[in-house]
Amino acid sequence: MEKNNKTTGKVVGIVSNLVIVEVDGPVSQNEIGFIVHGKERLMAEVIKVVGVNVYIQVFESTRGVRIGSKVEFEKHMLEVTLGPGILSRNYDGLQNDLDKMEGVFLTRGEYTDPLNREVKWDFKPIAAKGDRVTAGSWLGEVMENSIPHKIMVPFKMEGRYTVKKIVEKGEYTVDDTVAVVEDEEGNETSLTMVQKWPVKVPIKAFKHKPRPFRLLETGVRCIDTLNPITEGGTGFIPGAFGTGKTVLQHAISKQAEADVVIIAACGERANEVVEIFTEFPELEDPRTGRKLIERTTIIANTSNMPVAAREASVYTAMTLGEYYRSMGLKVLLMADSTSRWAQALREMSNRLEELPGPDAYPMDLSAVISNFYSRAGFVYLNEKDATGSISFIGTVSPAGGNLKEPVTESTRKAARCFYGLSQDRADSKRYPAIDPIDSYSKYLEYPEVQKNLAENQGDEWLGNVLKARDILLRGKEAMEQINILGDDGVPIAFHDRFWKSELIDFVILQQDAFDKIDATTSLERQKYMLLSVLDVADSEFEFKEFEGVSTFFKEIINLYKQMNYSEFESDEFKKYESEIQELMKTKMK
Amino acid sequence: MESQAFQKIYTKLTNITKATVSLKAADVGYDEMALVHGRKAQVVKLMGDQVTLQVFAGTEGIPTNAEVTFMGRPPQLKVSEDLGGRFFNAYGDPIDGGPDVEGEIRDTGSPSVNPVRRKQPSQFIATGIAGIDLNNSLVSGQKIPFFADPDQPYNQVMASVALRAKADKIILGGMGLTNDDYLYFKNVFENAGALDRIVCFVNTTEDPPVERLLVPDMALTAAEYFAVDHNQNVLVLLTDMTLFADALSIVSNRMDQIPSKDSMPGSLYSDLARIYEKAVQFPSGGSITIVAVTTLSGGDITHAIPDNTGYITEGQLFLRRDTEIGKVIVDPFRSLSRLKQLVIGTQTRSDHPQVMNAAVRLYADAASARTKLENGFDLTDYDERTLDFAKEYSEQLLAIDVNLDTDTMLDIAWDLFAKYFTKAEVRIKQEFVDKHWKK
Repeated sequence: MEKNNKTTGKVVGIVSNLVIVEVDGPVSQNEIGFIVHGKERLMAEVIKVVGVNVYIQVFESTRGVRIGSKVEFEKHMLEVTLGPGILSRNYDGLQNDLDKMEGVFLTRGEYTDPLNREVKWDFKPIAAKGDRVTAGSWLGEVMENSIPHKIMVPFKMEGRYTVKKIVEKGEYTVDDTVAVVEDEEGNETSLTMVQKWPVKVPIKAFKHKPRPFRLLETGVRCIDTLNPITEGGTGFIPGAFGTGKTVLQHAISKQAEADVVIIAACGERANEVVEIFTEFPELEDPRTGRKLIERTTIIANTSNMPVAAREASVYTAMTLGEYYRSMGLKVLLMADSTSRWAQALREMSNRLEELPGPDAYPMDLSAVISNFYSRAGFVYLNEKDATGSISFIGTVSPAGGNLKEPVTESTRKAARCFYGLSQDRADSKRYPAIDPIDSYSKYLEYPEVQKNLAENQGDEWLGNVLKARDILLRGKEAMEQINILGDDGVPIAFHDRFWKSELIDFVILQQDAFDKIDATTSLERQKYMLLSVLDVADSEFEFKEFEGVSTFFKEIINLYKQMNYSEFESDEFKKYESEIQELMKTKMK
Repeated sequence: MESQAFQKIYTKLTNITKATVSLKAADVGYDEMALVHGRKAQVVKLMGDQVTLQVFAGTEGIPTNAEVTFMGRPPQLKVSEDLGGRFFNAYGDPIDGGPDVEGEIRDTGSPSVNPVRRKQPSQFIATGIAGIDLNNSLVSGQKIPFFADPDQPYNQVMASVALRAKADKIILGGMGLTNDDYLYFKNVFENAGALDRIVCFVNTTEDPPVERLLVPDMALTAAEYFAVDHNQNVLVLLTDMTLFADALSIVSNRMDQIPSKDSMPGSLYSDLARIYEKAVQFPSGGSITIVAVTTLSGGDITHAIPDNTGYITEGQLFLRRDTEIGKVIVDPFRSLSRLKQLVIGTQTRSDHPQVMNAAVRLYADAASARTKLENGFDLTDYDERTLDFAKEYSEQLLAIDVNLDTDTMLDIAWDLFAKYFTKAEVRIKQEFVDKHWKK
């Protein structure tokens, strides 16, 4: 690799986007190469080497490529460019800036710069001359869309350095030298605001990674209340098509309490990305009042874009997340859908004629998925007292809605929260269709999470949550009995039990993602509503016959729904609340 | 017609399989078209000097000394205004006895639209069918299939949708269409006086199955021409995509690829997505909307073809025979239009979303009441009312033979709510109840 002249080769075989190249020198696994096809240069990645024959997967269509075409290798793996100006950008899976591309259609072989090289940033030094620094140390900061973007010692720099020079506060482009550092042998290196990092290698410039303990507020009641995810936590949402995966993902990415949101649209519908492009510049972050797009970066490798770049897109997204985490920020990473990524792996494995695992997926699928999920997490940085996190939520599109298929199974081993979307709930339009019984959050078992919940939501919170779950479970059992024995074949208490679970379902679990008020619920409001609903569930009512039960609860549910549509603690909200109180009195024992 | 002067002619095939031939040849590009023994073929594999060609019409009767010429180009279509009103085969050659179309040559299977250049689909498409307009509204730039059993009247419904949709051009891509269905489409379009707005690319059951693989690309190349060059709203009808996918599996099987679920190639998702994702709203005003048909075997939507399709398309429409009323209806439970949220309540009346949900929920209650009835349990008064409601709802709104404007559909729904239910049972936001509840 230290040789200066680049390795070249010529094409000797083509099957779709798998190309075989005979090379004249050393290449490394995952090294990037370009096929020279007329004026076009088609980017590709080494995935297998057999003697002088190197197998590369091409990130573009290979239409028209000929035997004998020249290939040039670049001596590095697939890398992203890191620096200020990544937020609000729309990238493809290889971090090309999509807005910089000309024309309506994508042009093969067109690669654009992810950063803006002309714009000047207001740089404020953090480090001082003489400071001892290592990879990831903060040298200074610029404001990127009002988010403090740290300029760091490049992650690739190994060992210890001393700051020899740092520029004064002022305006600089990303390519201007902002600092000079010296290693222990006295070699000086000039640093700019830009660095590069290979996407498949985790950035490890932090002190340690404890278990996550703090709740990440998403505004989605059936997540926050029943199965919360933590800052630095991982979760996944499997669901057959039509069960509302994408609507749920969008809701989380709009409302979650994060500094930076990175959305990897991986092999999904282009119109869904367009929805983000259209809405996010208009919508406000409920916490800061700034436009959502200012904190968001979108990696769009839609289903009709080249398959090999689909695999790269999730790694690109994760690496950008790690970069922002190293600045002490809370990053939320969403990938929709990780199944498409797995399918990209399968297509390639198939072309390589590898022996297949279950459902023709590659044998190492499970390991690849676990490895990816493990890059998320909450970290203590090397900087004093600084912490950062990547919370990762991926969706899974199980073939045929069968949760026993390999991608879902492998993901279940890696992710700590499981938000299973139920076809039955979706069919009866109970959205979000997260199954309250099957879904789980392992974090609720963590003592550190329990302690944190008690501090923020009150000592009774966890007990109430578990109680709500029990009511749901008992309601389900009661319903099964009613279905078997008939409405009048069971005691009235069964109806009461069933409708109390319906109450929690309709008021807490179901949430209208398209209603301005109901779409997001603060933790404070969630606590209030849970207590209010449990108060009804705890009450004992008197019914003469079973028909009275559903009539009564339907009225209560209707009033609670109107409450959900009203501004928290508004007159309207209180009006419905007192109507509920009145109604309850009529049936109280 | 296809061969040019001074073209090198190869005459020695080294391998012949049912679908492919191989030979030694130089300077061949990947995806390039060729003629093998007068049949069209395409390069699918290059390995050293060995070229493998997929022969669309099959290799029956091809001798080892067959003449092979390479055309030096991928599949292409000549596009111009003259395409309107014409019928072509899968290669884009006329089958209606008319002259060849003169025009600009375009490669089929063009690159994707840059996602940041797309516009959000926003134009409501009224079809008059309440099962679609009310519950599963279509939007221009959308892609949506009918999931139907082979005996259901999907082609008829699709033809009505096409004619009522006010599209500038309707492009029919027929794959494995029976000759009868082909003539049906031809007649319907002719009788509606819409023939000049129609372009058809048809592979019938009489044609070799592998030829079908070219049909969607041909249809969509023509669609892109009208949508991009002329800013027109183009509706593309693709029937039947299941037969397209079957053709994919035949090819992958003959190329010794490892099959994944249901004997389908591992790349099925990408192959289908490449086609469906051509549905787009262009910034200049043109649009491509795709309405397709995926036939099911025994209503099984977990099969790889409908399953992958469902993950790609923006919803799906199910037809079902409602024995209560003896008509085919658009199934409100399993059908879904993902883009309806972009138009309902804004381009249609503001009570539309809530009315839609309430009606479907009450219809679901009727379904559970029916289960109770079948299991021999007594029905409550509410159960009885839901059953009566369901029957009228199905008859007046869900049946595929209705043709109403959206406001009328909503009014009918309110009438039915008031006839059978109390306000609390309907559970709609108060402001709409105040406005529309029929006393």
